[in-house]
Amino acid sequence: MKITLRIWRQADREAVGGLQTYQLDNVSEDMSFLELLDMLNEQLTAQDLEPVAFDNDCREGICGMCGVVVNGAPHGRYDSSVPTTTCQLHMRSFQDGAVIDVEPWKAGPFPIIKDLVVDRSAFDHIIQAGGYISVNTGAAPEAHSTPAPKRQADRAFDNATCVGCGACVAACPNGSAMLFTAAKVTHLAMLPQGQPERMRRIKAMVAAHDEAGFGGCTNIGECASVCPKQIPLASIGQLNRDLIASLFKGDGK
Amino acid sequence: MPGSVALVATTTLSMHARALHSLVVKKVVMAITGLLLIGFLLMHMFGNLKVFIGPEAYNHYAEWLKQDILYPILPHGWFIWIFRAVIAVSLVLHIYCATKLWQASLRGRGAHDNKKYTKVRRPQQTIAAKVMRWGGLTLLLLLIFHILMFTTQTITFGNFKAGATPYDMFTASFEHWYVWAIYVLFMAAVSLHVRHGFYSAFTTLGANVGPQARVFLNGLAYFAAALIFVGFMLPPTAVLFGLGVS
Ligand code: HEM
Ligand code: FES
Repeated sequence: MKITLRIWRQADREAVGGLQTYQLDNVSEDMSFLELLDMLNEQLTAQDLEPVAFDNDCREGICGMCGVVVNGAPHGRYDSSVPTTTCQLHMRSFQDGAVIDVEPWKAGPFPIIKDLVVDRSAFDHIIQAGGYISVNTGAAPEAHSTPAPKRQADRAFDNATCVGCGACVAACPNGSAMLFTAAKVTHLAMLPQGQPERMRRIKAMVAAHDEAGFGGCTNIGECASVCPKQIPLASIGQLNRDLIASLFKGDGK
Repeated sequence: MPGSVALVATTTLSMHARALHSLVVKKVVMAITGLLLIGFLLMHMFGNLKVFIGPEAYNHYAEWLKQDILYPILPHGWFIWIFRAVIAVSLVLHIYCATKLWQASLRGRGAHDNKKYTKVRRPQQTIAAKVMRWGGLTLLLLLIFHILMFTTQTITFGNFKAGATPYDMFTASFEHWYVWAIYVLFMAAVSLHVRHGFYSAFTTLGANVGPQARVFLNGLAYFAAALIFVGFMLPPTAVLFGLGVS
C-alpha cells in the first residue's frame, strides 16, 4: 500500500504545531497503525530527521497508553462496529493511496508534550480524589462472605475495563471527562466494598473533574461511540443519579 | 514547572460545597428549569389553539389566565404574577448555567490555547445538539421580540386600537406574512432546542439507563419538538391564509 500521512508536529508544549506531510511506500495491510508510525520513524531516523513522538506500551489494546486522532476520529474508529485502540487499528482498514490525518488528543486539560504525546495527569487527579476503596483488607476473606449480585457485578466489571486512554475527552465537543469519571464511579458504586465511601467519592471525583479544567457533559454520546472498551453512556446516567442523591447526604460536609 | 498540569488553586470549600458548585449540578438546574419552560410552552400552545373555537373562548381564556387561575385560593390577578416570576426565574437560572457551561466547554476543549482539530468527525452529534448555544441565544432574542409585541405591545403590527381584545390583536398581527415568517423562525429555533433539550434534560436527571431508554427519550424529544412547532404555527397559519380564523 501507498499511504500519505499528515502528522501534527509540535516541538514542545509552547511551540506552535502544524501538520506535516510524509509519504510511505510498501505499507503492509497487516501492519498496525503504530507499526506504520514505527516505519515512518525508521525512515526519518535514517534521514537524520526528528522521529514522530507518540505514546504506546502494550500494543494489544489493554494499557491505554496509545491514542491519536486518525482522520478526525479518536483511535480512528469512526463508524466501524469494532471498538479499537490505535494499536489495534490495522492498515487493512484503509484504502491504498489513502491520505490520513494524525493529530494528538486536543483538550484544555491535556497539554501537548510533543507531537502526538499529551499529558494525561489530569485523569490521575480525578482518580486521586476518590477512585479507590480505602479499607484495611487484612487477610483475604472467604470469597463468598460478601455476596455481589450478578447484574451489579457485571456492570462493575464492564466499567472497570476503562483503560483511561482519554479518547472520550478527545471526542467530546465540550472537552468533558464525564465518561471516564462515570466509569470509575460506576465500577466502585456497583460493588459491596464501594458502598461506605460511595457518597463522598462521587462528590470528590465530580469536583476534581471540574477543577482539572474539563467541560460539562451535554449528553451527545461521541465519547461512548469512540470508547475502545465500550463504556456505555448510561454510566454517565449513574454518575448523575449518584451525584443528585449525594447532595442530600452529609458526607464531605 | 514544566511537565506538571496546572491545577486550579484548591479552595477552602468543603467537599460538599465543591460538589454543589459542579457542572453536573448546573446541568441539573438547566434540566429542571428547561422542563418547566417546556411545560409552560405546552400550556401556552394549547391555550392558543382556542382561537379556533372563536373570539369569546379565546378572550375568556386570556382573561382567565390573567385573573382567575387558582381563585379563590389566590386573590384575583395574583396567579399570573406568581406564574411570571417562576418563568422569569427559570429563564434566568437556565441562561446563567448555560453561560457557565459554555465557558467550561471552551476551556475543556482548549479553545483558549487554539486547540482545534484540523479534521474532526462527530457522528453522534445531531444538528440540534450542535446549535444549542447559538440557537438558544437566537431563541432568547425572538422571545424578547415576542414579549415586546404581545405582552407590552411596544411593537405592533396591523391597526388595532389600544384596549383591543387579545383575539383582535392576534388576528391583526398575523395577517402580515412577515410577522408569520418571524414566528416560523422563532418556532424553528424553539423546536430545535427542544429536540435536543428534552432528551438531554431527562438524561441529565439520570433517566438514560441504557440504549433502549436513549432511543425512547430521543423519540419523546422529536415528538415534543414536532408538537410545539405544529401546535404553535397552526393558529397564525390559519389567520394568514384565512382558514377559519379572521
Ligand atoms: C423557552 C425557552 C427555553 C426552553 C424551553 C429551554 C429548554 C431547555 C431544556 C429542556 C434543556 C435541557 C437541559 C439539559 O440538558 O439538562 C435545555 C438546555 C440548554 N439550553 Fe435551553 N431552553 C430555553 C431557553 C434557552 C436560552 C434562552 C438559552 C440561551 C443561551 C438556552 C441555552 C441552553 C443550553 C446551552 C442548553 C444545554 C444544551 C445541552 O445539554 O446540550 N436555552 N434548554
Ligand atoms: S498501546 Fe496499550 S492500548 Fe494501545
